[in-house]
Amino acid sequence: MAQEKFDAIVVGAGPAGSAAAYTMAKAGLSVVLLERGEFPGAKNLFGGVLYRKQLEEILPDKWKKAPVERRVVEQRIWLMGEESAVTLGHRNEAYKEPVNCWTALRVKFDQWFADQAVEAGALPIYSTVATELITEGDRVIGVRTDREDGDLYADAVIIADGVNSLLGKSLGIHREWKPDEVSLAVKEVIALPREKIEDRFNLEKDEGVTIEFFGKTSLGMAGMGFLYTNKDTLSLGIGVMVNHLKKKKIKPYEILDHVKKHPMIRRLIEGGEVKEYSGHLIPEGGWNSVPPLSGNGWCIVGDAAQLVNFVHREGSNLAMTSGRYAGEAVIEAKKRGDFSQETLSLYDEKIHQSFIRKDLVKYKGMHEFLKEEDPDLLFNRLPQAANQALYELFLVDGVPKGEKQKKMLNYLKEAGGGAWGLAKLGIKGWRAMNG
Amino acid sequence: MSEMKIADRLFTIRYKVDEQSHLIIKDQEVCLRCETKECTHFCPADVYEWTGEMTTVAFENCIECGTCRIGCPDYNIYWVYPKGGYGITYKYG
Ligand SMILES: Cc1cc2nc3c(=O)[nH]c(=O)nc-3n(C[C@H](O)[C@H](O)[C@H](O)COP(=O)(O)OP(=O)(O)OC[C@H]3O[C@@H](n4cnc5c(N)ncnc54)[C@H](O)[C@@H]3O)c2cc1C
Ligand code: SF4
Ligand code: SF4
Repeated sequence: MAQEKFDAIVVGAGPAGSAAAYTMAKAGLSVVLLERGEFPGAKNLFGGVLYRKQLEEILPDKWKKAPVERRVVEQRIWLMGEESAVTLGHRNEAYKEPVNCWTALRVKFDQWFADQAVEAGALPIYSTVATELITEGDRVIGVRTDREDGDLYADAVIIADGVNSLLGKSLGIHREWKPDEVSLAVKEVIALPREKIEDRFNLEKDEGVTIEFFGKTSLGMAGMGFLYTNKDTLSLGIGVMVNHLKKKKIKPYEILDHVKKHPMIRRLIEGGEVKEYSGHLIPEGGWNSVPPLSGNGWCIVGDAAQLVNFVHREGSNLAMTSGRYAGEAVIEAKKRGDFSQETLSLYDEKIHQSFIRKDLVKYKGMHEFLKEEDPDLLFNRLPQAANQALYELFLVDGVPKGEKQKKMLNYLKEAGGGAWGLAKLGIKGWRAMNG
Repeated sequence: MSEMKIADRLFTIRYKVDEQSHLIIKDQEVCLRCETKECTHFCPADVYEWTGEMTTVAFENCIECGTCRIGCPDYNIYWVYPKGGYGITYKYG
């Protein structure tokens, strides 16, 4: 590789990195897009729900061509008991136009999204790992890669290397994540004929549905499962907090096996063929885990900066928007001829004024709540009690309704450590969700 | 659906295996003293196994998630990504 100097190097071609590269390349900057996979998306997975709004903001003309699976018209939430579920959901034709979100698969989407950056002029360098940042004092001036003579220099480096962010760590801006700051998710893509999917999930043509489930399915650990409809596959997975997984001595794929046997899930995936198994970490530290966002010659974006709203399973959209903001800050820096923190902190300002900070601050107590509270209470005993209570409600067995009501309350009180314990938990949970 | 073995699950992923491991146990003495040996549980690809004397590393099965990097209580695993273009390639993601 020639020792040429670029305006910017983006490390990582996930949604955050490609958004940054596209934004800068379109403005005429010279940009390298570096990716360790054979192609962008090769190493990546998500649930995955892809949101229209933030994609449209980046690609107002081209977003309609994005390779997606189904338009989500219905979102369901299931609170799982042993062999039962309490269900809640919303379906609305209004989610179709303008489309709110789609289901998607990352191998296709990430390639397409990175291609937009390349078409706009970014130089793709794939199958290449950035092994360290090249610094001069406290200024980042380039990236060392695992290619021979693979040093690359630039005025700005955008660190978009995802949740493990070895580069962010090497820069010392965040220490190693603690096990409670990440969840491990395992996923399967399960093939089923289109008509079967549409019949089983009550869908027409390109309509899709999302199901999030929690409770007994995560085996006493804090966790959330998902089942999403793609065109002719289903995405099924479950994530659990790594600090809980460490203690449980259970293998991640055994949690998935357990999920697949639940009567609510089993019948939906019946007869399907597992096309792919995969696993990935999800940043779940929330606002308190977000590191400094920029410095002299660098910005950090997306998962690498813990920008995930896990309560609403929003990550890819925060990644894209943060990538765009960082790109815009670098464009301004180029105009001013100053890539120091002073100019690049424009990126921080943009984040601070956006939904990203506002949403993450709202839920900033959630990580602490899930870390401190007994996971067996939240994800095992209470969901089971809620299921028992509703079972009681709908069961006609000659027991007078007044007595039933008492019984229902008792299930919940017993599980929650008495009325007082339950009330305290409710207050703590409320606070955790309201910053 | 019948339960799938981990080997069958990993078989769904395309691997390009390097000759050199990208995962290295820093000090087997630490593993010997490690009470939990939890890497043998939390890894989603069964990369680690305790033989009774040492921890073995089937790095060729690694799906590059990073859990062991954060999860080993003694941070006893030297962890880097496989070389560019090596390791896993998903088909769906
Ligand atoms: C199971 C699961 C379900 C999820 N569900 C959803 C969902 O439904 N909706 C949603 O919006 N979000 C979801 N998310 C979150 C979402 O996937 C992430 O927030 C998003 O992908 C972050 O984008 P990113 O670009 O920051 O990181 P990534 O997508 O991880 O991209 C990082 C890129 O950098 C590359 N890279 C890393 N290190 C190097 C290096 N040293 N050199 C070169 N390249 C490197 C990687 O190969 C990768 O391509 C989910 C995540 C998981 C794991
Ligand atoms: S958890 Fe860490 S210290 Fe314990 S056996 Fe595994 S690698 Fe060794
Ligand atoms: S990175 Fe993930 S898959 Fe690879 S060895 Fe570590 S825990 Fe196992």
